[in-house]
Order: sequence, then C-alpha cells, then structure tokens
Amino acid sequence: MRLHELPDDVFVLGAHAPDWRSAVRIAGDALVAGGVTTDAYAERMVQVVEEFGAYIVIAPGLALAHARPGPDVLHDGLAVVTLDEPVVFGHPHNDPVEVVLALAVTSNEGHVTVLAELANVFNDPMATTAIAQATTVEAVRAVLGRAQPEA
Amino acid sequence: MKIIAFCGAGIGTSAILKVNAERALARLGIQADIEATDIAGLAVAAEDAQVILASPELVKFIGKTYADVVVIENYFDLDELTRKLEIALG
Repeated sequence: MRLHELPDDVFVLGAHAPDWRSAVRIAGDALVAGGVTTDAYAERMVQVVEEFGAYIVIAPGLALAHARPGPDVLHDGLAVVTLDEPVVFGHPHNDPVEVVLALAVTSNEGHVTVLAELANVFNDPMATTAIAQATTVEAVRAVLGRAQPEA
Repeated sequence: MKIIAFCGAGIGTSAILKVNAERALARLGIQADIEATDIAGLAVAAEDAQVILASPELVKFIGKTYADVVVIENYFDLDELTRKLEIALG
C-alpha cells in the first residue's frame, strides 16, 4: 500500500458527521467501499476509542482511526475522510477533527512504509488543513503525494 | 537505551509515534531502540525502558513504572518530540 496509489473509493470528501462515532463509521464505510475490510471493522474502530479515549486524534484536526488486525480486515488499506464541519472527539489538545484517516492492517508487521509516508506528509503542519480544504480527490492525492518514499 | 511508543491497539498511532521519535532522536544524535506496543504488551516492554511516549489520553493506562512518562500532544510535531526527548534523556 502506497499513499499515492489509494483508489478513489477510499476517499470521502465533505462528509457530514453529527458526532465522532459517525465520523469513524463513515471512514469505516470507505474502507468497505474500497474492499479493504468488512462492515464489522468500523465498529471495532469505535470500540478502540470507547475503551482508550480519543488518543487517535494524533495531531490538531487529524484522527487516525484504527483497530487491531482481525478477520474483518481483507488487506492492508487506508481511507481518507474530510468533514464538512469539524467534530469533537474529546482530545484535550487536538480537537476538533477535520480529517479522519482510517487504517486497517492484516498483521502487526509490514505496514511501516505507509506509516513513514504518513509521517512525511503530516510532519508538515499545513497538510491537515490542505486536505480538509480540498474539493477533489486529485487535490487530496496531491497533498498525500508529497510523501517521499524512503529508500 | 530503550524507548516505548505506546498506543491502545499497538498499530497505527504507536507506529507513527515510533517513526517520528526516531527522526527526533536522529536530530539529537542519540542512539536508542524504540518499540511500539499496545496496552497488553506495555508492562513487559517497559521493564527495561527509560522512556515511555504516550498520548495524554493514555497516560492513565500506564501502571507503575521506573521509566519517564513523556506526554506527546502532536505526534507529527518533530519540534515537540525533539524538545521533550531532549529533556527526558538529558
């Protein structure tokens, strides 16, 4: 999985979510649309937040929803959702959330490349806002394409 | 030296924290092993760790430890990571 190769199906732009659970479920639906997971995975991502709190809001405006590998993960994948109105997840510093990424992996190993790419993109503090304001999938891909794959 | 990057599920957020902590350590010229782990693996992983990196939300899940617990607000902010690691390891 590489960021610039993500299929159109996993992008949802300008979605409306009344609360954080809805935002995570929209991202889960995008994973299902992309053939990455089955329906059950979205609820497991919600449960991670219910159990451990809003730590998935890892930077201002940006949530990385995820759950452990499981039979509901068909292959490694990532979904990208932007919200029409920011949503509060309950993080002490990084709320409200404008961009929800949803990560699904089949094992605890082997997804280092995509995470290093995400780090390359979001080390730029403007990246979240640039994605939130994008109106086309191509514009989001352009931001994600700033990742320079590590040799 | 060993540093733990800690998250609820042991994938995703802790792995991003690990990647960025490695970049911060490189800035500082410090050699350390960074291990990403989840709550189930934390107690064992932290036995010989000097520092545990965690989100503010997760600090309450860290039990008794001799390691320094360093709270990271923005996992992508290399300046924050570098500053806090320098204090913890200095």
